[in-house]
Amino acid sequence: MYGMGILKTLSVTVGRFVTTYVDDLKWFFKGGFGKRYSPEALPVRQSPRGRGVFTVQYPNERLPLPENYRGFPFHVIDPETGKTRCTACGICTRACPPQCIWIVRATDPETGKAKREPEEFYIDVSICMSCGLCAEVCPFNAIKMNHDYEIATYGRDGGEFLWDLEHLSKSLAHHAAIHPTDYAEEKAEQERKAATKAKR
Amino acid sequence: MNDNETQVSQPTVELLSALEGRFPGAAQPAEYEGVVVAPDQLVDVAIFLRDELGYDYLSLVTGVDYPEPTTQFPARFEAVYHMSRSEGGEPLTLHAHANRNDPVVPSVVNVWPSASVHERETWDLMGIRFEGHPDLRRILLWEGYEGHPLRKDWQEVYYEEDNKPFSSRHPEGRPVQAEARAPLGRNLRYPPGWSPKAWKPEAETKVYSPFDEHIGGNGRSMATDQIVVNFGPQHPSTHGVLRMVARLDGETIQQLEPVLGYLHRCHEKIGERNTWLANMPFTDRLDYVCSMSNNFGYAVAVEKLLGVEVPERAEYIRVIMAELTRILNHLVSIGFFTNDLGVYLTFMLYALEERELIIDLFEMASGSRMMCNYFRFGGVARDLPEGWLPVVKDLVYERLPRRLEEFERLLLDNEVFRARTIGVSVLPGDVAVAYGCTGPLLRASGVPYDIRRAEPYSIYDELDWDVAVAYNGDIYDRFVVRFEEIRQSLRILRQALERLPEGPILSGKVQPTAKVPAGEAYGRVESPKGELGFYLVSDGTANPYRYRIRAPSFANLGVLGELCRGHLVADVVAIMASIDITLGEVDR
Repeated sequence: MYGMGILKTLSVTVGRFVTTYVDDLKWFFKGGFGKRYSPEALPVRQSPRGRGVFTVQYPNERLPLPENYRGFPFHVIDPETGKTRCTACGICTRACPPQCIWIVRATDPETGKAKREPEEFYIDVSICMSCGLCAEVCPFNAIKMNHDYEIATYGRDGGEFLWDLEHLSKSLAHHAAIHPTDYAEEKAEQERKAATKAKR
Repeated sequence: MNDNETQVSQPTVELLSALEGRFPGAAQPAEYEGVVVAPDQLVDVAIFLRDELGYDYLSLVTGVDYPEPTTQFPARFEAVYHMSRSEGGEPLTLHAHANRNDPVVPSVVNVWPSASVHERETWDLMGIRFEGHPDLRRILLWEGYEGHPLRKDWQEVYYEEDNKPFSSRHPEGRPVQAEARAPLGRNLRYPPGWSPKAWKPEAETKVYSPFDEHIGGNGRSMATDQIVVNFGPQHPSTHGVLRMVARLDGETIQQLEPVLGYLHRCHEKIGERNTWLANMPFTDRLDYVCSMSNNFGYAVAVEKLLGVEVPERAEYIRVIMAELTRILNHLVSIGFFTNDLGVYLTFMLYALEERELIIDLFEMASGSRMMCNYFRFGGVARDLPEGWLPVVKDLVYERLPRRLEEFERLLLDNEVFRARTIGVSVLPGDVAVAYGCTGPLLRASGVPYDIRRAEPYSIYDELDWDVAVAYNGDIYDRFVVRFEEIRQSLRILRQALERLPEGPILSGKVQPTAKVPAGEAYGRVESPKGELGFYLVSDGTANPYRYRIRAPSFANLGVLGELCRGHLVADVVAIMASIDITLGEVDR
């Protein structure tokens, strides 16, 4: 009969409409009174098991970022030396697809020889494409990808996006907090190396 | 290249002997791959290949610039043709050499209509003139543009060096912010003595030139019954910045020409400056809806040159990602199609919900929702994180089959949907093949051509699945095919998830400036939109010598005029949406 298809369509949309409210109501009482994404509700409502709408009221509500999330690069500061782990080897500058990394290698003022640390390190984040290749190829775990995605500024022609070493530096604790698995692997690796050294 | 005889592959030898019988002296083996045909016999050879050897489907025409003579050949431009049989099998490579000072090659448009858009692009970017092409205008750049950018001696505005990595980055970096090189509002300088007010652009008159013979005054006069109407480039239903110029008789389309290039960024020139690895994140930006498929195509092509083996676990992960991408793309395509029909957002948001769950999975695995950059040569970038498999299993086993059934109930029986789509813009199978259409567009016309089956790559030949096909060739069938492909993708995913082995995910190590052996390769995969091919030439360095993308959306747009002829203006939007294009890939 003509029109049955339209009725079928409407049955789907009406079903969706009702489900949305039923789901809201269920979580209204079940997980955290009136909060859309209480700690119990979040992993269910934002997963394939979610039944209702997925809307998140940004910036009042935020979703947790997965550990692998790639924002912009940052330098990990070694707490023992207070300096970056970077040795100015330049592998990241060679890997960088838009060529937005500049490294000035430090020289020893007495001998005039190159030192294994950067004097300056710049990233132009206005052309950085967040590909994560620099972090991937860094042999010293010096560059990691940050989880900060709110980097808007009021201007762009005064060098706001040319981040220097100071701007790029973040503490080791920050790295450990946003990349727990990665950090655990790093530590295990370090311990393994220390163990083989002790054996010798 | 003295031991060239030993390098010639078996299909090339067979082709050479077949050609030698018919056209003595016309063909010789090419430097790396395929055969070189004398230009004056190119069209005859093409007709022979199409009619007698069955190569009815031309994937790609492109050009390569060799400004320096090699041991075997002098300095030249090369026109390169890739063709295959629509019943399956490996593609064939044909080269035609042209004089470097005045490059002319005969056009093969009359043999394969699909050559039209590719030849226009090659003329535009490489400057090889195709004698006999009926409408050889620029296609991506505008008329009046100076030079042909893909020539090796052409340099862009902010030219630094021929190849990355640039030497100014390390160890004495002299940083310049990108903004300082092109300051906002002050980045435009006119040549001395030139004024924009006195200038009459030639580009616009050229756009209307195909309509001239039907309409007086370049289509801007009302003297005849027929009028010329512009759609876009700023039109909500063009999925980006696509412009279509149509000649109308009343409300009926008589002729329609897509005008491309509004999103052109000379991706291929950037690609030739980049290192091999650095191109991987750039491929994400081609068809930004399905970046995983683009990664896949590029990885397959480079691995052909490198000859590396991919570990089994990595192959499975790749297929899982590619099939999730296919589901995602078809959902977006169907969702936006209903939007274009005027249903607005209801169904589109239903589809985007499912897409959101899939790109959440991509973000967990690769670190980015859309710009995944997940594939590496010889594997994938990182292993699946903890907690990834339970989520994807929930999605594949529980949620998506239920949703798919719901979506079909919602759309396919709906009388309004059927009235707008059944019998509209019927594309016969032979026309689809002649115009080089691929993907759901081709399969809806009754041609079961799917590269996963025709030339299996990765592990597709070990999996059990069917090629989705429909036979009416109208808009409705294109969506029936898409729904069926989602179902088949789910079938593939279930098998891949069950069999997913343990093991390494990458053979070798990621090396930023690794060299690739000299040679050429055409690697192709079945992206959700059709045949995505990468034609690569390496001269043995760390940068591609030639990097050409055969974008399915671009090739499929070649048939748009054909699809629209005789239909109503209101149907143009539906027809265009049924092809399913992404402008990032069309304009490159």
